[in-house]
Amino acid sequence: MTEPQMINLALAILFLPLLGFIVTLLLGKKVKSIYIFEVFIIVLAFAGAVLMVFTKLSYYPNSDITSEFSWINLGNVPLLGNTSIDLGILVDNISVLMIFVVTLISMLVHIFSIAYMEGDKRFNRYFAYLGIFTFSMTGIVFTHNMLMMYIFWELVGLSSYLLIGFWFEKKSASDAGKKAFIVNRIGDLGMLSGILLLYTTYHTFTFSQIFSQIAAGHLPFNSELWLTITGILLFCGAIGKSAQFPLHVWLPDAMEGPTPVSALIHAATMVAAGVYLIVRIFPLLTSDALLFIAVIGMLSAFIPATIALTQNDIKKVLAYSTISQLGYMVMGLGIGAYKFAFFHLITHAFFKALLFLGSGSVIHAMHHEQDITKMGGLRKKMPITYATFLIASLAISGIPLTSGFLSKDGILQSSFAFGSLTGHWIFAFVGFLVALLTAFYMFRLLILTFHGTPRDQHKYEHAHESSFSMAMPLVVLAVLSIFIWYTPNPFNPEQGSILSSWIKNPQLVTPQDTRFNFMKSDVPNTITTNKASEASGIMYSEVYNNAIEEAHIPALTLSLILASLGIFIAFVFYQWKKVDVDKMVNSIKPLYNLSYNKWYFDEIYDATIVALTLLLSKFLAWFDLTVIDGIVNGTAAITLEVSKWSGKFDNVVVDGFVNAMAYISGFIGLIFRRFQTGKVQTYIVLVIFSLVILLFIFK
Amino acid sequence: MIHVGLNHFLVVSTILFSLGILGIVSRKNAVMVLMGIELILNSANINFIAFAKFGNFGFQGQIMALFVIILAAAEAAIALAIVLNIYKTFSTVNVDEIDTLKD
Repeated sequence: MTEPQMINLALAILFLPLLGFIVTLLLGKKVKSIYIFEVFIIVLAFAGAVLMVFTKLSYYPNSDITSEFSWINLGNVPLLGNTSIDLGILVDNISVLMIFVVTLISMLVHIFSIAYMEGDKRFNRYFAYLGIFTFSMTGIVFTHNMLMMYIFWELVGLSSYLLIGFWFEKKSASDAGKKAFIVNRIGDLGMLSGILLLYTTYHTFTFSQIFSQIAAGHLPFNSELWLTITGILLFCGAIGKSAQFPLHVWLPDAMEGPTPVSALIHAATMVAAGVYLIVRIFPLLTSDALLFIAVIGMLSAFIPATIALTQNDIKKVLAYSTISQLGYMVMGLGIGAYKFAFFHLITHAFFKALLFLGSGSVIHAMHHEQDITKMGGLRKKMPITYATFLIASLAISGIPLTSGFLSKDGILQSSFAFGSLTGHWIFAFVGFLVALLTAFYMFRLLILTFHGTPRDQHKYEHAHESSFSMAMPLVVLAVLSIFIWYTPNPFNPEQGSILSSWIKNPQLVTPQDTRFNFMKSDVPNTITTNKASEASGIMYSEVYNNAIEEAHIPALTLSLILASLGIFIAFVFYQWKKVDVDKMVNSIKPLYNLSYNKWYFDEIYDATIVALTLLLSKFLAWFDLTVIDGIVNGTAAITLEVSKWSGKFDNVVVDGFVNAMAYISGFIGLIFRRFQTGKVQTYIVLVIFSLVILLFIFK
Repeated sequence: MIHVGLNHFLVVSTILFSLGILGIVSRKNAVMVLMGIELILNSANINFIAFAKFGNFGFQGQIMALFVIILAAAEAAIALAIVLNIYKTFSTVNVDEIDTLKD
């Protein structure tokens, strides 16, 4: 396949879901089975993605295929210089891997939804929304510039809003939709500012052009500080979209949406878009920005992990675990573990989608019961769901032979190496602690749901294994959560081609003195967008690679021990019940309450930001009602008064003048009508009389 | 014996003219109005003749007087025809009652 054909294929993958959306939305009410068309479209898109990922990775593994056109060209604008906005498509290894994940999970979720959403009154509209989501997500993946990134960024926000509030009759669902939308706006504001900063500096939105100008030493306001600020502002978009601390509060509420949606949007793809954004802008991030990102990622990994320990809603646990895992990825990027972070994004997409679809299967079977304290013993009733859920739980806990082990261990060993190189051991410490917590809460969830005896006998009896269209996606995703697809050696991900040849550390463009020591390139930083040097792979110094090598064994051992410990504790607590959990909870009541109440984030936000906003709104409303309306009403009153005077003037002076004229004319007429008698003799008398007068005058 | 001069003629002519005007203005009957007009014409004739007699104009005055007499005849014929028509239209020849000009 030639490069133009690749671009055409990318465009086809991009626009097929849009077609599906339009057709399904327009015909949804008339044609009951139109959803089949939408599913078919997504299958087509997935087939395209498979073809694309195969071609790209086998024939063009080292080159980026781009195609762009000038969308708006304003020519040479005074003060701004050459102003044009290009749109375009970038097909590189990152984007094809991502597109494969997105279309695959989207397809599986479509298939899963056919059974899960059966009987819903807005069945077709649901599929239409899935279509527009897939379209927007594909747009984010394929974009080669910040502008398109932002447009599609907002579009996924929109589709997320529509799908969270899909059951909008429920107040909590519509509230959750609004919350997600508004919280995301806060992050997007930062991202927009960052994009505008970039545009004012470089007059282009295109990634490669921005990078090459930075590499040439052209910085925003000629200051490295502003480059850092730009990076952090762009990262704000990721904080919102990837539900990072402190904007993570929307994601747990977003669980009000249908469960397959949670799997697709709020676990596997959309929330990963934030991580994808950081991956895209990684070359321009300075060490300060990276450190900021790492701290945010660390907090987002830790706090939700502690919250997940005590939640009883099956989807809430998974939501917090999603934030925690995204925190891992963000932290991984922050500490420079670019490859592992993106790798974790892919593996996490599969096993987290699997966990959500599994929970969807359970919820469907339990007639929309989501409370795990009312479940139990489902292992026997739902063997396929149990088996796949178990695999995913092992993967997220980081147990060998699973995909999660590979990627998570990669991030942990990088944090270890980062600690030894820079002295920031906190990331490694928190990373390992979260690994322990993750293993514990996942197995707590698994045991309470599937093991033991049923706590709600009635619902248990009605539970049943899901139908084929729900079970098939589970099995596919479970298979994808096994190590073999990524590397032949279950203990060393670097041996697989995904890390060794497909994902490469990017060529950094930031000035040398704004990088971490280990990121300083061994080759001199040349102005280059040229593909060959990107492929050379010498982006980080040898020191870093060596440190990662050294960290491999200790990190692996430690993470294994911690994960097993977490699982073991979960079994002790909930399976064998050796420890009285309630008693232990009572002894650490404050901590338990802190976790159970989600660190009071919602309450704190309600009391501070929301309250302040309300106060401000009230003040503004008062200002509007009294001052603005006062001005408007005052103006109206003045106008009224002026009009009255104007009316009087009109009535008295103008009309008076006109009437006076008429009256005078009438009066004169009254006099002169006397002369017109119609009698010839009178006229003659008048003529003679006048002649006599004239004679006297002109004599 | 008073010598009859131009002034005497002019006085007679003026009296005749005034009587004619008086006739036109004051008489009710249309025919009498016409007679007033004849008087005025004749006063003009007297003037012509008088100026011809005392001035140095040759026969021009007399000839003009003859023209006026002929014109008066023609005028009388037309005017009487008009009076007949007025009578036909209004069933009266009283000029006071004919005031449709007013409208």
